Formats: sequence, C-alpha cells, structure tokens
Amino acid sequence: MYRYDEFDDRFVRERVASFRSQVERRLSGALTEDEFKPLRLQNGLYLQLHAYMLRVAIPYGTLDAPQMRQLAMIAERWDKGYGHFTTRQNIQFNWPTLQDVPAILDALADVGMHAIQTSGNCIRNVTADHFAGAAADEIEDPRPTAEILRQWSGGHPEFAFLPRKFKIAVTGSPNDRAVTKAHDIGLRMLRNAAGEPGYEVIVGGGLGRTPMIGKVIREFLPKNDLLAYLESVLRVYNLHGRRDNKYKARIKILVHESKLENIRAEVEAEFERLMAEEAGPTHALSAKEVARIEACFAPPAFDDAPDRALDLDAALAADTDFRAWVKTNVTGHRQSGYRIVTVSLKLIGEAPGDASADQMRALADIAERYSVNELRVSHEQNIVLPHVRAVDLPEVFACLQQAGLATANIGQITDIIACPGMDYCALATARSIPVAQDIANHFSSPAQAAEIGKLQIKISGCINACGHHHVGHIGILGLEKAGIESYQITLGGDATETTAIGEYAGPGFAYDDVVPAIQRLMDAYLALRANPDEIFLQVYRRLGAAPFKAALYPASNGSTGSGSGGSGKRPPEPKPHLIASAQAHQATQAQFVFYHF
Amino acid sequence: MSKTPALQVVTANDLLSGDVVFLSSGGCWRRELQHATLVRTAGDAAFLMAQAEQHEAYVVGPYLAEVMQDDAGRLEPVHYRERIRTLGPSNRPDLGRQAEGLAEVTHVSV
Repeated sequence: MYRYDEFDDRFVRERVASFRSQVERRLSGALTEDEFKPLRLQNGLYLQLHAYMLRVAIPYGTLDAPQMRQLAMIAERWDKGYGHFTTRQNIQFNWPTLQDVPAILDALADVGMHAIQTSGNCIRNVTADHFAGAAADEIEDPRPTAEILRQWSGGHPEFAFLPRKFKIAVTGSPNDRAVTKAHDIGLRMLRNAAGEPGYEVIVGGGLGRTPMIGKVIREFLPKNDLLAYLESVLRVYNLHGRRDNKYKARIKILVHESKLENIRAEVEAEFERLMAEEAGPTHALSAKEVARIEACFAPPAFDDAPDRALDLDAALAADTDFRAWVKTNVTGHRQSGYRIVTVSLKLIGEAPGDASADQMRALADIAERYSVNELRVSHEQNIVLPHVRAVDLPEVFACLQQAGLATANIGQITDIIACPGMDYCALATARSIPVAQDIANHFSSPAQAAEIGKLQIKISGCINACGHHHVGHIGILGLEKAGIESYQITLGGDATETTAIGEYAGPGFAYDDVVPAIQRLMDAYLALRANPDEIFLQVYRRLGAAPFKAALYPASNGSTGSGSGGSGKRPPEPKPHLIASAQAHQATQAQFVFYHF
Repeated sequence: MSKTPALQVVTANDLLSGDVVFLSSGGCWRRELQHATLVRTAGDAAFLMAQAEQHEAYVVGPYLAEVMQDDAGRLEPVHYRERIRTLGPSNRPDLGRQAEGLAEVTHVSV
C-alpha cells in the first residue's frame, strides 16, 4: 500500500488546521454560512436531513487494518457507531457535530486519510478495480496509476473550480469491475501490439440525470504520457464546460454537444503543446517516481500455500453454509493457493453498505490475520479481503460468522446497491434503503436467490443516480409524484465492459408495489430462461423488453400507457423546476432545496 | 379527523449539531415541532423568515415547511420528506428524534 510521505502528511495536517480555524470562525460569527459552506464542502462536510455528514476518501477503495480500526473508532466516538460505505469506495459518517469534525480529521490524518475533495467541483476520489493486484484476469495492477492520479489531482490549483465534479476510474483487467465507461474519464490498462503498457482513455461517461456511456478518445496512450494527456482533457473541459447550467456542466454533455472528434482534436493539440514545452514536458512521469509508487504496490510475499487441502475439502463437504458462501463470495486469485474473499455488507434486512464499528474492527482483525493487512471497499458497497490463503477460508468464514458478516449473496438478488436516499440525503426525492431492505427480505431464501442466479439490482433515491440504477440489470429510481414516492424501473443495464444503460420500463410504482413488481419480473425470467445458467441480463438481451414489460404491467399486457415510452424510448428526464412548478400547490420550500447543491 | 391544510412552520438545522429545529415563540429554536410558531399568512411568513435569517449564529438554511393541524391542535408535516426529517431515518427507529421520544407526529409511516 502507498504510505504518506512527508509532503502528504504536512499537506493533510495543514488542511486540518485550516479547517479547524474555519470552523472556529463560523462559530464565532466571523464567517457567514454562505462563506463557510464552500469551505466545509471542500473538506467533505455536508449538511444532510438530520445532521452533518462527513464523507471520507478511501483512495481507490484500498485501506489497511489500522485505517479500518480508526474508522471504527471515529464511528464510535464521534458518530452513532456505524459508517456507510458508498458506491464511490468511500465511507460516510452520518451524525458528526460541527465542532467535532476537526478532531475527526485529525484522527483520519493520524492514519493517512482525509476528506479532501470528496465534494465540490473538483477531481474526486479516484476509484479502481476492487480486485486490483489480486485478480486472475489482470493485465496490470491499476493502483499505481490511481495513486499517481491521486497525487496529481489532490490540491491541483487549476482544477479546484471545474464546471462540475469530475470522476476518474481505472481498471487493469479486461473484465471491467470499476464501471469505467460511466465515469468522466475511464482508464483501461492494456498493451499495444508491441507489448508496451498503456491505457485506453474513455471520456464523457456518466450516470445522473443524463446517463451516457463513455467514448474512447484515445485508443492507446503510453503510460508515461498519462498526466500530460489527462491534464489536456481537464484543460479543454475547464475551458469549454458549461458553467451557465449545472445540469449540463459535466464533461459528458460537452463531449456530446461538441462531438467527440472536436474534443479529441483540442485535447491532442493541448497535449502536443504540453509535451513540446521549452522547459521540457513538465507532466512527464519520472521513472524514479513511478518506480517509487509501484514499489508500494508490489505483490505481497505469497507463500507456497496449497490450492486445496484435506481440511478445506472436508469443510466444503460437511458445511453447506460454508459451501454456499465459497460459491458466492470467493473468487479465484492470480496466485495459486490464494483466493479473493468478498465480504457482503448486504445482510438481509440491513442497509446496504452499512457496517457497525464492531464489524469494522472484526474486518480489520481478519484482514490483519488472513489477508496481509489489506482491505478494499468495492463500488458495490462490499468489503474485499484480497489475499486470503485457500486453506484459511474455513477460519475466515468462521470469523465472519461471529461478526455477522458471513452473508452468502455476492452477485445475487439480495446484493443490492442502494444510495442513502431520503432517509439521510438532502437531495433525495424518495427513499432507497428501505426498498432494498424489502426486496432482500422478500428474496431472503438462499435457495430462491440461488435459483435466480446472478442479478444486479441498483437503487437510487433521486436522478443523481448515486445508486447506479442506470447500469443495474434492474434499476430502481425513486422520485416524487404528486406528493408520494414513485419508483421507476429500468431494465437491461450493465455495469461491466459491455456497459449498457437500462431501458425505462414504464410508469412508476408506489412504494408498496415495488417488491411485487420485482417478483413478477423474476417469475417471468424463470419461465423464459433457456436454461438455469442463462442469467436475467442474457434473457433480457435475447428476448428484449416486451415480455418483462408485460410482466411488470400485466393489465396492459406490456403496454405502458401514455408517455411511458412503450417503444423503449426514454422519456424526458424530470426537470426539477418542472416538478416544483407542477406541484406548486402542495410543494413545500423543502422541495426546492433538493437541488441546491 | 379534519386537518387544516396550508399551515407552515419555519424549520432549519442547528448550526452545531445539524439537528432539525423549528422557530418557536419568542424567536427561540426548539427541537419539538409542536412548539413551532404557525405561519398562517404571507405576512407571517415574511416576518418569521426575516427573523430566522437573522439567526445565522444558531441555525443553517431556514425555510418554510407545510404542516397540518388536527382537531386536537397537534402539528404534523405534510410532506414525507419533512416527516422523515422530523422523525429520523425510516429504516433506523433507534436513531433520530424517534429514538429519543421527541417525535410528535402521529403517523410514523411515510
């Protein structure tokens, strides 16, 4: 893992001291809220429905046992005993008080962590494949690239006030587990015909109110040119990105409206200019610095652990719970004798992504003892133990059982992504966590979940799509309709290398009708699949939307009514000002603050 | 139970804790909705919002929220967002006002 050097530590400490002073000035009245708000947001501090929320960056989702223990300590000492792991591989604390936040930031700095650039129109925490350095299909470990980008983007003065936030994801595997095509920039590590390492650069992807799949702007970028090229992309975006309309300010809109070839030409021109600077290409990566960072991510000293052992075989034969868990939560590793364990934070009936302080400490202990001190946060809101010896799996399972973390459901219908939704979030238009809980409770039978097989349900509580609903096999979007919650369903989304935006299925469902609708979709899927191995998404792609729409809307035999887009055409995205206007007779001022950020 | 619509209260978040508070008589901010000063007219709204905006040392983001009043005079938020704000997360009855016995709305479902 990367360890803070003297510069990192000083930078973070100075920011904490600066924020402590800003809090003091806010409390003394020297700063108004208008003056203070951008300062707190730059330090990851939001004001949500019930309390402040502190979003802590976990660079590319990687942390060690002491860091996880520190998060547990923070949860217990300054919050309400739990944290929420997010779809951006971060953690959020939902209940800190303002005056405690500087102390929390100090505690984070003690373990090489911070909350900087987890909000605001800047380059956000860089995300990466949560199986990095362990995946059997990996071409190259994406973490050194992500760390280089962290150092480049952290406090970058030119990109502190972009037109809108900017998200970068990196994968080193052809099987994309980092949703790279749904990011402002996605980097896919590959090798060219000569075997040289580099990146495919994808730009202009994103979810939110205008979902778009990223486009390839550079088919092959040599590794050494990474910063100069990304600097060029950001400069073009910073110059041309719209600042007059926040809903059209992301780079995806710029690429869409200006056309990829024009953006590419501008980026390449800026890139050439940067590389030809008289003082030399100032953005070229020095081999020494790259080697220093790569050394931080050198593979651990794997031992010659056997791939199988009598004890493991006996446990698999004797313990059906263990066998089921291995089947769903354990993935092959690049190193013989090792496995990747995904710990589900989708306990049936619990909030997706939430972990108690005790559970965080248990995860830290298990990582320290069985996974060379490493943990990862996945964008799917689970925790990964990347390097577990196969022979240790029974013990790891037993430890997880003791901590209440042995749910065997990774990749199944109950492994649901859900944003915090209206139970916490000031932007939300509907709840999402209880919807996830209801679906998980309904499909809680392991046999039923196994029968359904691989299925990704993703739930967002507003059109900002933090729950990635657009790329769920089944996406659920919570909106407000005439003063009540209404849930739109999308079908056929895909978050992998075959990225697809889900198709709008039809009119929304009332809260209580969501679970029955999902049940009807499952009934249809099970009846339609060609064989037990054909997953929901494959059936959807083979047969199209019609049979599933018929299942969702049986009374209309699949016809989804006026304005529903029965042809599959996406309806106009709900515009907040239109919602407010149409419902002005009953709108409270609260509705308008949904869109203030 | 008849309820009178179109009543409002001024609500905000406490500067220190972020907790939900309501503007009450005497210009005090209280955590209990039942103590909120009712806004019945546009004049009330303008006066109380102007008062609230002077309280930047105590609260953040004051705004008007619709409430209903039942025959017994008890106040209840109209919008489900405000109900959740008043109670706490609907999935965690152990957190927020609902956990402290301060939730005073009559319906907990949203």
